[in-house]
Amino acid sequence: MPLLEESIRSQVSQRLEALEGPVKLVVFSQEVECDYCRETTALAHEVAELSHQVELEVHDFALETEVAQKYGVDKIPAIVVEGRQDHGVRFYGVPFGYEFTSLLEAILSVSAGDSGLAAESRRLLAELRHPLHLQVFVTLT
Amino acid sequence: VRLAHQLAIESDLVKADMVESSEFPHLANKYSVMAVPKTVVNEELTLEGSLAETQLVTAVMKALT
Repeated sequence: MPLLEESIRSQVSQRLEALEGPVKLVVFSQEVECDYCRETTALAHEVAELSHQVELEVHDFALETEVAQKYGVDKIPAIVVEGRQDHGVRFYGVPFGYEFTSLLEAILSVSAGDSGLAAESRRLLAELRHPLHLQVFVTLT
Repeated sequence: VRLAHQLAIESDLVKADMVESSEFPHLANKYSVMAVPKTVVNEELTLEGSLAETQLVTAVMKALT
């Protein structure tokens, strides 16, 4: 039973036609003690099926600790949205509901390698000298 | 979430995570997340609610200087 309904699949497929470059969804999950790992992996898999530009890579968080460390992933389920480079875009927890849109938008922006931010924001961010870590807490309802 | 990820794409110094509160209750608890969305900046500053682009960018730049 797919997670995405047929009508959603066709909409997503259409949006992903705009992809300008390859995107890799790097998923970290594990078999036990992870309530939403199965759904997260299945969702990423369904999205990857809708575009030849989207590649899926699934890692076992418990067994492949070196890969998790490389991506700085410290909890699961996790999806890294990686373009030609790793921009630091992460989803922890299953991106259902409104956050599914966030996932699609992340895929599109990462593919283009363009944040889409206003010129003034870009100017301010260019002045950053220290690392910045943003954690946005959401709920799916 | 969208905006935070845009910042990450714009700057190599920025990392941005969506964190689903109910799946990570220990983190939601640690940062006293009572309402969402809530943005935690470098573990120090917290911003409540949905923010416009200029609000978020200005707030984080101010926090870092």
